[in-house]
Amino acid sequence: MAAPTLLRQCRGIVSLLYSSSRYNSSSTSSTANPAKVGVLQYLCNRFYDIETFVEVSRALKKWNLHRNNRFCIEACERYGYEVGAAVFVLNLKGRIRAWGQNNWHQNSITKWKDDLNFQRLEEVRLEAIDISGSIISYNGLDNLVNLKALKYLDLSRCPNIDDWSLSRLTVFRDTLEELSLAGCPQITERGLACLHHFQNLKHLDVSDLPSVQHKGLVRILLEEMLPQCDIVGMGYGETEPPVEGATNRREMEEHPEAAINLKAREIHT
Amino acid sequence: MFGGRTALLLRGLRPWLRVEPRRHRDSFRDFTKEFDKFRQKAKGILPGSDWTPLPISRDLPPEQADVVIVGGGVVGWSVAYWLKRNEPQSGAVRVVVVERDLSVSCLSSARYAKASTVLSVGGIRQQYSMPENIQMSLFSANFLRLIDEYLHVIGQPPVDVQFNPSGYLFLASDETAAILEENVKVQRMEGAKVSLLSPAELKKKYPWMNTDGVVLASCGLENEGWFDPWTLLNALRSKAISMGVYQSCGEVTSFTSDTTEMVTQDGEQIDFSRIKYVNVHMPNSTEYASIQCSLVVNAAGAWSSKVAEMAGIGTGPPDSISGVKLPVEPKKRYVYVWHCPDGPGLGFPMLIDTTGAYCRREGLGGNYLGGISPTEEEEPDIQDLEVDHEFFQEKVWPKLAHRVPCFESLKVKSSWAGYYDYNTFDQSPVIGLHPLVDNLYFATGFSGHGLQQAPAVGQAIAELILDGKYKTIDLEAFSFNRLIKGEKALERNVI
Ligand SMILES: Cc1cc2nc3c(=O)[nH]c(=O)nc-3n(C[C@H](O)[C@H](O)[C@H](O)COP(=O)(O)OP(=O)(O)OC[C@H]3O[C@@H](n4cnc5c(N)ncnc54)[C@H](O)[C@@H]3O)c2cc1C
Repeated sequence: MAAPTLLRQCRGIVSLLYSSSRYNSSSTSSTANPAKVGVLQYLCNRFYDIETFVEVSRALKKWNLHRNNRFCIEACERYGYEVGAAVFVLNLKGRIRAWGQNNWHQNSITKWKDDLNFQRLEEVRLEAIDISGSIISYNGLDNLVNLKALKYLDLSRCPNIDDWSLSRLTVFRDTLEELSLAGCPQITERGLACLHHFQNLKHLDVSDLPSVQHKGLVRILLEEMLPQCDIVGMGYGETEPPVEGATNRREMEEHPEAAINLKAREIHT
Repeated sequence: MFGGRTALLLRGLRPWLRVEPRRHRDSFRDFTKEFDKFRQKAKGILPGSDWTPLPISRDLPPEQADVVIVGGGVVGWSVAYWLKRNEPQSGAVRVVVVERDLSVSCLSSARYAKASTVLSVGGIRQQYSMPENIQMSLFSANFLRLIDEYLHVIGQPPVDVQFNPSGYLFLASDETAAILEENVKVQRMEGAKVSLLSPAELKKKYPWMNTDGVVLASCGLENEGWFDPWTLLNALRSKAISMGVYQSCGEVTSFTSDTTEMVTQDGEQIDFSRIKYVNVHMPNSTEYASIQCSLVVNAAGAWSSKVAEMAGIGTGPPDSISGVKLPVEPKKRYVYVWHCPDGPGLGFPMLIDTTGAYCRREGLGGNYLGGISPTEEEEPDIQDLEVDHEFFQEKVWPKLAHRVPCFESLKVKSSWAGYYDYNTFDQSPVIGLHPLVDNLYFATGFSGHGLQQAPAVGQAIAELILDGKYKTIDLEAFSFNRLIKGEKALERNVI
């Protein structure tokens, strides 16, 4: 019985969203093209329980992410934040190196403990963390932000690291010397801007960041912002191919002047 | 068997998916074309033309509702969203949002022509002096971060508010340094990540700055920056509608209330009233619709004191409770956009000068925007949203060029004006029930930081309505009662 209402509602949303994008005053023309509406929406319009399926799969994914990024509270309480961070990183199949050690460690935490020359585990300071390719997220960074002397951090190819996570790294602004963000699909130029806090950064890898717009310009701006730092992986001449079906909004950003005019117009109309 | 069917389905879909051939578009040409189309459309909407992009929705609002929200700005839609999200069972609360700006036409960008939400500069910060404000803004930052989890509508692209985590940088002079330090203490206690900088550190970090007269600065490290207000508004709205909120185009012109007289022990007569009907004037017609309702939320932004008056608030004799007005007024604020090719680069934060002037980067192309709140004597006329360009020349530019010398040569490219929903009593919001009109809730008076507090306020009002008390953040300090008692909830960091 609820089906017809739901169906109606689903359709309602579609029409609403088409009217909602900011500059998309001519969006009516694209509404005609069913391919743009998306297969999912198409199905949603017809089968109302698709919504539930999608919700459940989203929830499952979220739960898994959450579970893997939990704060290692037991380890932290017993041995302090540094060991807690080590446990976390090793659980995510990452690598660690403590101050005074020469080699990376990626096995079990007990083995790492045997290798340490310190008498007390509490005195360990992590110098380097390589957690590349893991599902560490904003919440997972809880485990790292209390590190006292982190110099090297490799976050490359982490699909859940976004601009918000980057702003959390500012806690390492006085110690961090090397940072790799290569291949993080969510990072944009907006997030890179907060790297200006890192006065001691010597090496920054920003290669292969698909969400960064105007790479050539960003490269120059990064260099200007971090004069002491060696930036790799983003070429001066790099321009991204035009994105198929780019929204009007994006195009607008490429022509900021026009966008602003529009803004002014909107107010007068 | 199932596999076979999927394959069939896919095969069936393929040609259909390929309807549009892959092509690399010349984005600029496309853009000018789109722009032309837009201009045509905009012209069509102007008075005198009978063109409309869509048949004007004649849909009358539902005849009765549990909650009617007056004002469909970011605050109104946030309240609507949170009411639906927290309702005990799906469909338990019937919510209507009444917004008059939509009536211009349902598809044009002229919609929300005056709403402050879309005319703001989209900043979010935790650098306040009142713990409540800091908590609200921390909550909102978290909301913005997880916005796609909160506001995702199925089958639609993820919601991205384009957050710039660049932080706010407050500069303090000799007189204000002690206050700044004190505020930072409060902010840190509430969990905000703020660092203090000396002039020497400033100079080192921001070489483009002239630190004359600066004694201390505070810089937000996390959860501060700016974002796209449209996206937030639209996402809240789409989600709320997908959850079953009704939206009605029209202007609330009056309330129909029941009044009960009561006499206090001292013999003073007090009238309690309860709004029974919200009367909505339908667009482009003489039609009125009445919505029978149990609760009303006043989220009409800069115009909320008019809405309060409709309920009889502030119309009683001067020293009675019913004589206390809602002290929220529209105050015009200008925003200027300028181009300065040699201006500060990527690390430029939202800068708040010792003089109160502010500016920030807009995009990467050497564009900046900023402004200043006029002094009381300089307050401009609020009849229209015209921009005073001399104000920039005389009041804004000199201050900014002093602080950031490379702004000495710049070119103003555009400007706009919007209304602050300004609380003239203490520049803090008014949130919660009115003591005499016992089903009218306020969510207004944000005095220039309503956008960033909207997610938190929406939740707070929803808690008040559904649970009868604040659960997440206690906002009792902002109740209407403080206006009656004459106690100010003073926020020192109002920009
Ligand atoms: C220039 C400027 C810069 C700003 N910068 C920031 C910033 O950086 N950060 C920040 O957090 N905030 C900022 N703000 C403040 C922020 O925009 C507002 O506080 C916030 O948008 C208020 O939202 P609202 O929903 O209450 O009001 P609005 O968005 O104004 O919405 C109120 C709506 O109510 C409708 N309405 C009014 N009366 C009636 C009626 N009788 N019937 C039906 N509908 C009615 C109006 O049409 C309007 O759409 C800025 C504001 C301005 C003007």
